Amino acid sequence: MKPPKFEYHAPKSLEEALEALGRYGGDAKVLAGGQSLMPLLNFRLARPTALVDLNRIGSLAYIREHNGQIRFGAMTRQRTIEFSPVVAQRLPLLKEATHWVGHLPIRTRGTIGGSIAHADPSAEYPAVLAALEGEVVARGARGERVIRAGDLFQTYLTTSLAPDEILTEVRLPVMPAGAGYALEEFARRHGDFAIIGIAAVVVREGPRCTMARLATAGAGPVPVRLRAAEQILEREGLGEAAIEAAARRATELVTPDADIHASADYRRHLTGVLTKRALTRAIGVARG
Amino acid sequence: MVTVRLNVNGVAHEGRCEPRKLLADFIREDLGLTGTHVGCEHGICGACTIMFNGEAARSCIMLAVQADGAELMTVEGLMRDGKLHPLQEAFREHHALQCGFCTPGMLITALDLLRTNPSPNDREIREGISAVLCRCTGYQGIVNAVRAAAPILVAGR
Amino acid sequence: MEGTGLGWIGKSVKRVEDARLLTGRGTFIDDHPPVANACHAAIVRSPLAHAKIRGYELSAALALPGVVGAITGEDVARHTKPFSVGVTAPIHYYCAATDRVRFVGEPVAVVVAKNRYIAEDAADLVQVDYEPLPVVVDPERALDADAPVLHEAVGSNLAGNRRLVYGDPDRAFRDADVVVNERFTFPKYASTPIETYGVIARWDLLDGVCTVWSNFMGPFIMHPLTARVLGLPENRLRFIVPADIGGSFGIKSSIYPYIALIALAAKRLGVPVKWIEDRREHLLASSSGTDRVAYREVAARQDGTILGMRFKWLDNVGGYIRSPEPGCSFRPTGNFVGPYRFQHLEVDASVVMTNKSLTGPNRGYACGHLYFETEGMMDRLADRLGLDPVEVRRKNLIQPDQFPYRTPSGGLYDSGDYPAAFDRALELAGYDELRREQATARAAGRYVGIGLALAVDPSVSNMGYVATALDPQFRAKPEYLAKSGAVDSATIKIDPLGRVIAILGTTPQGQGHQTVVSQIVADELGLVPQDVTVVDEMDTFTRVWSISSGTYSSRFGSVGTSAVALAARKLTAKLVDYAAHLMELPAPSLEFRDGAVRLRDGKGPSYSIKDLAGRAHWNTESLPEGMEPGLQATAVFGFTVAKAVDAEDRVNSSNTYGFIAEVMAVEVDPETAAIKILRYVTVHDAGTIINPMIAEGQIYGGALHGLGGALYEELAYDENGQLLTGTFMDYLVPTASEAPQIEIAHVVSPSPLTPLGSKGLGESSSMTVPAVIANAVSDALAPLGIRINELPMTPSKLWKAIDQAQRTPTGVSAPLASGALQPRRGVSEPRESRALRPRAGVSEPRASFSGHPRSDPTSRTSLQ
Ligand SMILES: Cc1cc2nc3c(=O)[nH]c(=O)nc-3n(C[C@H](O)[C@H](O)[C@H](O)COP(=O)(O)OP(=O)(O)OC[C@H]3O[C@@H](n4cnc5c(N)ncnc54)[C@H](O)[C@@H]3O)c2cc1C
Ligand code: FES
Ligand code: FES
Repeated sequence: MKPPKFEYHAPKSLEEALEALGRYGGDAKVLAGGQSLMPLLNFRLARPTALVDLNRIGSLAYIREHNGQIRFGAMTRQRTIEFSPVVAQRLPLLKEATHWVGHLPIRTRGTIGGSIAHADPSAEYPAVLAALEGEVVARGARGERVIRAGDLFQTYLTTSLAPDEILTEVRLPVMPAGAGYALEEFARRHGDFAIIGIAAVVVREGPRCTMARLATAGAGPVPVRLRAAEQILEREGLGEAAIEAAARRATELVTPDADIHASADYRRHLTGVLTKRALTRAIGVARG
Repeated sequence: MVTVRLNVNGVAHEGRCEPRKLLADFIREDLGLTGTHVGCEHGICGACTIMFNGEAARSCIMLAVQADGAELMTVEGLMRDGKLHPLQEAFREHHALQCGFCTPGMLITALDLLRTNPSPNDREIREGISAVLCRCTGYQGIVNAVRAAAPILVAGR
Repeated sequence: MEGTGLGWIGKSVKRVEDARLLTGRGTFIDDHPPVANACHAAIVRSPLAHAKIRGYELSAALALPGVVGAITGEDVARHTKPFSVGVTAPIHYYCAATDRVRFVGEPVAVVVAKNRYIAEDAADLVQVDYEPLPVVVDPERALDADAPVLHEAVGSNLAGNRRLVYGDPDRAFRDADVVVNERFTFPKYASTPIETYGVIARWDLLDGVCTVWSNFMGPFIMHPLTARVLGLPENRLRFIVPADIGGSFGIKSSIYPYIALIALAAKRLGVPVKWIEDRREHLLASSSGTDRVAYREVAARQDGTILGMRFKWLDNVGGYIRSPEPGCSFRPTGNFVGPYRFQHLEVDASVVMTNKSLTGPNRGYACGHLYFETEGMMDRLADRLGLDPVEVRRKNLIQPDQFPYRTPSGGLYDSGDYPAAFDRALELAGYDELRREQATARAAGRYVGIGLALAVDPSVSNMGYVATALDPQFRAKPEYLAKSGAVDSATIKIDPLGRVIAILGTTPQGQGHQTVVSQIVADELGLVPQDVTVVDEMDTFTRVWSISSGTYSSRFGSVGTSAVALAARKLTAKLVDYAAHLMELPAPSLEFRDGAVRLRDGKGPSYSIKDLAGRAHWNTESLPEGMEPGLQATAVFGFTVAKAVDAEDRVNSSNTYGFIAEVMAVEVDPETAAIKILRYVTVHDAGTIINPMIAEGQIYGGALHGLGGALYEELAYDENGQLLTGTFMDYLVPTASEAPQIEIAHVVSPSPLTPLGSKGLGESSSMTVPAVIANAVSDALAPLGIRINELPMTPSKLWKAIDQAQRTPTGVSAPLASGALQPRRGVSEPRESRALRPRAGVSEPRASFSGHPRSDPTSRTSLQ
């Protein structure tokens, strides 16, 4: 299990990286944390002509607050996010989600940009991006564009990023103060990708729900925003019956696939169970 | 071929290799530090875990060339002045190893855990060492060892 | 807990192995190249489960710079012989495929290059022309008349079948008040040691010696078999095993075909060759336990007394039958009845070949299967009779005054007190209290269950059991050589200053042999363990060994320790004779005690070991006439109870027999089907325990192996014979977060057969956990009518059963699409219905979706 031969570039700037990437016309791969790409190389399931390693581009690793958003340089490590006070305060859902991503030694290297660009539908960060209605910034030869979560994920491991584009930044809106949140996940072992994960955010005013957000991991080829389920809560409040109804609705909104770890029916069922649990917990910690 | 200069366990090293050479292979073959083990080469088993610039990371899913300029610590670097590290002592005391194949990665991972969370509870210990697979011990001895070492490391700071 | 003075046995002495292993100074096979300029091999493996090989195209591979050469199945066919197999069917098992591949991952060629990276590049360039053949993976389907046949010379996929009859089972079933039957399936899983296989081979062509370094664990019967395959006299084939092996659990006994293959590559290409298996290869093609379909029947009286049992087994050994298979069926012959007294038994064991990877010993070899079924039947019987599962078991246990106990199938249980150990487990678990808590929980709608499992834990296989696979008529032929034995050796040397070196021929994989032996020798010679250096690197040229040598079937705790004790006793006897001569006293008036030869009555002078050693080494003139100079002794310990299988198929298949009693309480979350272990108590009787810390370590590890097989691990295949769990992302080894807290207690019934009273316990709870957790989950889900008869209990499968049960109005049995986790209604279907043979149609044939490499060896798609 040794990687095949490839050319290797470790540019110091984003411009050089784009230039190197452009040179191979789609046959090069960006190397971020390598926690997904390197195993694929070792199995020789990926055979790029070249690797463009972003790890020496210091300017791609940062966490900044700007205009009601928290902006993450694509190369910000999951580990940095885990221990970031800004994230803990402004994006507690992301912090909670980070604990579910593999294990600490994986998070040492894994990046937020890599996790999102990789577009594994069972991954936690894409679900958080979807739940919080975040966006990403992509840079390519033709310049920079901003892509909303809903437009980014296309299917398994496929995004709307062009092969010569680099995801440079991930932007997540600051969560409203007092928002309740939870990420509920079911995996067969600790640290595994989710069989099903549900990210939930609720903002409440007394018994009313002014905002509800629900997104899935593992329930289909892309993370799914459960808008119709959210609407039930926004319409009917946060009582038990509304939660039940939202959870039931959630199961109708997903079209999961089967694999060796779980049947489609089981995944659909878990979507309902975990939606209920995530909402219950989120409501429990919501203030207002 | 690329040149890799790095510091391992406080000693400067230099080597040349193909860009595709895995860091784990470089450490074992080029630097002769065979304490770091390889068990899966896809990031799951954790046997190859080393300290990379002070943080635990898998050396089987990193390239050697990426370690150019880095500071590494491997299991060989835990012992100081001919004395076992308190975590190593605790592993011995609590029978936290049998075949010893996972042990290097387990020690480094546990050390990283205790640095980031100096007094973990049992659930946190279990979650922390879940990063490394052990087939021999059922993990009980390892959990006991990490629990016992925690206060000693805190006291020794 | 370390003490001073005598009595090291029984203490949790810290391990001497740890210092090197904790500091990265272990010597595993991949660590220190024993030969300079070794080249590296990559093995080309079949992407298809069943195909004819039409030809090989090597030119592109050979043209790659850095490539030394390659060998293919043609070289294997021309220059090696097939391995002998344990059945009479004409099955030709070579170290690589010669004309046909029979499972995905089967070796077809070996490429050797300057380094592994280039070797893998070249392996990618090897082209093999395959003509695909139809595939069969299900052992029941494989026996259908129209199933594709793997070995044409055999004519079917049945490698062997034995119907063993003990007592009069037909009468037992006629006389029974109740008959309960059930179908069980047991999964194919492996222990996946974290260190994979490794082989380094070198030929000295001038002296015709082939030296092989490998992490082979024995049994060393494979040494002569490999010599035969390579066409070498046995004394020209040298096996060396490094001091450290990174776990094995039975799996590394099956490395021997690779030893032959890499040795052949080294010979043909004229260079030393090193091959380190990678994880993908390991999961695809190393070794695993068998998957089994079992039909069980038990006949009992109304009061719970068991009159007899019937077992019908289909063991799936994969594409070939590799020795020591069919041990999967026969290893537990002597303990088929487990801890129970019934006398009438019929075992119908079929060994079936399908297009899956090959099998062999896996921790608990065949006993995990056996007890999963038997203990499941005990609960079904209790349920049927409305008795508590404790009561049914108690009623049938072998009683303490019956030891030594001869089982109907020939086992000789050496010692034990099963009721006492069982009571200890119940008491420790607070069984009655647990039942009360369960009632409360149930009333609150929770699914809490309590499971029990009892097992006789066999250790030290008698090599002779393997012949149970052969017909008695075959064994009666004059040219047939009977087989038996369980032997180990040890050498102890005392140096002129009275310090000791003990030399073993074992191949430990983490069991702490050095520590344990230092304790025994310290006690025998009145030293402290630090005075004893233990060397245990196996080398067939220099160690004393026998064909049963090796570290498997929990041998060391019993047979290895006995050899050590006997060698030490030979030496002390010699020291007494020597001192008697020096003191001019009759030897019987002296004894060796506390490190010195003393007068029995305790008075007068004494000679310390150091004193005697100095004199004996420096001044041979001081030795009595006829005494051999030097202070060293080799002892070979062999069990006299290890006899060949008799004409009635009775065999004492192991030599010492421990006992395990377990209680587990679980809660099942009916919404997610997650299983939570609330309590897990295990009580072991392994005779004298030499080092409790090490013994408990074995129990913890064994239990987690059992849990892996019960809940997480499976080498799952689709109907094309493609492995679906070929990575550690999909083959789920439990982590610390899944590992339960275990409460361990010991009961000690010393073995009368070993000098120290010890038995083995290396496999321990790996053989009981599948049973105890299946029973606990069945009990938890009893209100839904669900009984576990299939492992692993994945949440998806379990939820399906729960969901269907919840949808089904009570009293009507839910038809299940697959044979999964059948509802318990209809437990006593008539015997004839077995002919209907429900199919295990494993649906969900796809590997999982994720960007992480998943297990399709044929797909070479790149990402995105
Ligand atoms: C043992 C283990 C357990 C894991 N468990 C989980 C888990 O539970 N949940 C989870 O979410 N993840 C898990 N992961 C995956 C981990 O989170 C990865 O780090 C992550 O999916 C990819 O991030 P990376 O930075 O490592 O990217 P890489 O592996 O470097 O890259 C992944 C892909 O994204 C592309 N890419 C990366 N960065 C960019 C960019 N800036 N612009 C364009 N393309 C880019 C690469 O070309 C590549 O195709 C696990 C990994 C391991 C080894
Ligand atoms: S070898 Fe690196 S994680 Fe297994
Ligand atoms: S001690 Fe053997 S794998 Fe952990």
